[in-house]
This record gives sequence, structure tokens and C-alpha cells, in this order.
Amino acid sequence: MSPLPLCLLLSSGLFCVGLAGALSRSNAILVLLGIELMLNAANLNFIAFWRFGLTPSADTGIIFVIFSIAVAAAEAAVGLALVIAIYRHQKNIRLQEAARLKG
Amino acid sequence: MNAVLVIIAFTILASAAVAMSLRNLIHSALLLVANWLGVAAFYLWAGAEFVAFAQVLIYVGAVSMIVLFAMLLTRRARADAAVVPGSIDRAISALAVSGAVAGVLVFAVLQTHLPAVTPPAPAATVRQLGAQLMGPQAAALLVAGVILTVALLGAVILAAKERNSNQDDAP
Repeated sequence: MSPLPLCLLLSSGLFCVGLAGALSRSNAILVLLGIELMLNAANLNFIAFWRFGLTPSADTGIIFVIFSIAVAAAEAAVGLALVIAIYRHQKNIRLQEAARLKG
Repeated sequence: MNAVLVIIAFTILASAAVAMSLRNLIHSALLLVANWLGVAAFYLWAGAEFVAFAQVLIYVGAVSMIVLFAMLLTRRARADAAVVPGSIDRAISALAVSGAVAGVLVFAVLQTHLPAVTPPAPAATVRQLGAQLMGPQAAALLVAGVILTVALLGAVILAAKERNSNQDDAP
């Protein structure tokens, strides 16, 4: 089997593990980590197509992954700040009890 | 070449799956560090060294520290360890949804005619990447800098303590 389908299967598996974690856990931090796993799966796809795709001469895949990592870092910072703010209001970060965000 | 990829894939998938199913939050965070290291190993395997080092710096270095700090700041004494009723239903439905998505993705990948030949490794030196970032992609680089700055300020404002709320009530 050539490497490109293996890479795509790997990123599909990682995406689905992250999706299952984000949907099933009730801890807000673990939901954020599941979203991070899905973003990493997308980055794996970018690199796989950059390396094994039809036009490997362009640097577009690497540039895209760099910007994706930057946006993911910003998302993690804001998400965890939100988690801390919710914890300050409700003394709890379970998502079932964080249904009321105002006040 | 494929054997190395299989080892990396096993590391990535196993650490992610175990991290998402553990009950201990700290263990989950440490396993996710292993997962991100596996992703960095994949980047090294594919020949994207700069992205691998960026992954190690940003995810393994910075994001994991933020996650650990958030976990320690929001930890309650033994309250998170209790199994809540209804979580089994949610777990089953989440597994069903992700299994369906996995089936669709695997079917699509296996049905697609991908290029079978492995092209020679493209040379993406740091100098080329820097020229790309400073030349054609300069606007996107500036926008990324603005996004990071705004996100940092927003995170500080969100997580900062509200000191004025008590002073308004005080005489």
C-alpha cells in the first residue's frame, strides 16, 4: 500500500477519536482537547498531501500548516480562558451544569 | 518506510484513544503530550522539519502547559471522578457518530484513486519558507499576528478577576 492512503487513514482515525472524545466527555477541558486532536488530524492531511500529492514542489502545505497551528494556539488560549471564567462563576466545569452562561 | 509510518500511527491513535477514555485528567493531558510528539514524529517522517519543530514548541511546550494549568486551577476534590448517570448514553451515541464518520472517511479514502508513485521528497528549506512568508504570504502573516494578539488580550480579559464588582457595593 502506498503511503498516501495510509496517511489519510491515520488522519481519519485521529479525527474520529477526537470527535468521539469531544462528544462524549462532560469535562470542558477534555472537549477542548478533542477539538485539538481534530485540528491535528487536519494538519496531518495537509502534510500528507504536500509530501505525496501531485504537485509536491509547492510549499503551500507547510505554509497552511503553520497558519493552522497559529490559529489552533489562539483557540486553545481563548478556550481555556473561557473554562476558567466558567469555573469562577459556577465552581464547576461540567458542561451539563454550564448551560447558563450569563451572569 | 511504511513500517515506521505504522509505528507512528499506532502511537498517535493509541495515545489519543486512551487519553480520551481515561478518567484521570492529568493522565489524559500527559498522554496527549505523547500524542502531539507522535504527530511531530510524523512531520519529521514526512520531511517537514520546520513544522515538526513548530509542533514541538507550540503543542508540547506551550499548549500542554496551558492545559495543565487550567486543569490544576479548576480541579475539585474528587468531584470529577464520579460517574454521572446519562454519560453512558452520551458515550454510546458519540461512539456511534464517530464510527459512522470513520466509516464514511475510510470508504472515501479507499475508493479514491490516489497517485501511487512516491515523488521525491520536496526540498522545503527554512530559507524558502521564510521567503514565502515574507513575500507572497505577508498579508496572511500579519493577520495571524493580529489574531494571536487579539486572542491573548481576550484570554487575559476573560480570565482576569473582576475586582470592580465588590467595590461598587462597598461604600
